[in-house]
Amino acid sequence: MIDALNAGIALLLLGLAIWTIVARDTFAAIVGYVAYGLLLTLAWVALGGVDVALTEAAIGGGLTGVLLLRAAAQLRRTEAASNAERPGLPMRLAAAIVAGGVAVALAIVVLAPAGPAPTLVPEVAANIAATGVGNPITAVLLAFRAIDTLLEAIVLLFALIGVWSLAPDRVWGGRPGPRYRADPDGTLAYLARLLPPIGIIVGVYIFWIGADAPGGKFQGATILAAMWLLAMMAGLADAPPVGRRRLRAALVAGPVVFIAVGAAGVATAGAFLAYPEGLAKPLILVIEWALLPSLALTLGLIMAGAPQRPEDR
Amino acid sequence: MSAALDLFTVVAVAAGAFFFLAGTVGLLRFPDVFTHLHALSKADNLGLGLVVLGLLPQANGLLAGLKLVAIWLLALLVGAVVSQLIARAARRAGPRA
Repeated sequence: MIDALNAGIALLLLGLAIWTIVARDTFAAIVGYVAYGLLLTLAWVALGGVDVALTEAAIGGGLTGVLLLRAAAQLRRTEAASNAERPGLPMRLAAAIVAGGVAVALAIVVLAPAGPAPTLVPEVAANIAATGVGNPITAVLLAFRAIDTLLEAIVLLFALIGVWSLAPDRVWGGRPGPRYRADPDGTLAYLARLLPPIGIIVGVYIFWIGADAPGGKFQGATILAAMWLLAMMAGLADAPPVGRRRLRAALVAGPVVFIAVGAAGVATAGAFLAYPEGLAKPLILVIEWALLPSLALTLGLIMAGAPQRPEDR
Repeated sequence: MSAALDLFTVVAVAAGAFFFLAGTVGLLRFPDVFTHLHALSKADNLGLGLVVLGLLPQANGLLAGLKLVAIWLLALLVGAVVSQLIARAARRAGPRA
């Protein structure tokens, strides 16, 4: 019974993946991609990877879907022209060979019966008590492999700089996106008043529970950012001008605290990002609490897009 | 008692799945945006409601049950608002071939 369900999910995933690639219309392809992300979430739950499932739902399906939809809206004017162009036969052959080669190589690596995959699970299980954290994923992300998480948070900042750099010169440092004007008595404004209190609690809960159960700051921050975006799109809150110094300070505050704690580890525990004995859990909490608002701001501003108008409009 | 609850779960979830099936058929067969929304809202509201109702006896304690109900209520809220927004956008765009 469960096997049939899993086989069904796998078949649907393959079908949706093919549909996403084959669809000529950009919008249809994105809808397929978002559905694919949600289905992948189910697959991760079936595999017992609830942490990965939450991330896939929040970031893979939700946030990336919003970014792609925005990009598609920008491309709509030129889409018909670019769809009419067809690359020549050699180009298509080369693309088919490269893509097919990558697929075959991946299949060989993944499907080859090379015995049990190498694993660090026993070592994590043996050392997790030293971190004071109950969720092994969080222990790996913030204690055993903290450098990866630090770089991830910094990569998001680079992504935001990339988004901002799409702004024309005259609105550099201005406000992202159009000024949304929705009917203040309409349904969207109603939802934007009703949902954020619930969303903020759910976001902070997912962040807080991450210490001991599936959850974490990236997933929580995505939900907080979505609530902010909802208030912006309903016209209840305006996007801040991205040139504002306080905003930029808030954006880098999380990574700066992370780096400061890491640097302090050199003096107190003998290595960058090492925590002194007994202080691991409080320091992890400090980093998490510092990262959450910065991440929520960063993700919200990435979704809000490049600056489009000067500060006063 | 537990057999009766299990039976209740099976019946309610099956009824919910039927509404999802009917909603999907409606989405594929109905002619325009407004009737599509009509079909989908049945699946979302009643289908999900019946699935949640069926899962309540299997929930792990009162809190888990309340979470299930909260999920249904949130889906109702967002479904209603999104239907309104899509319908308004469709009406503004006018009838299309």
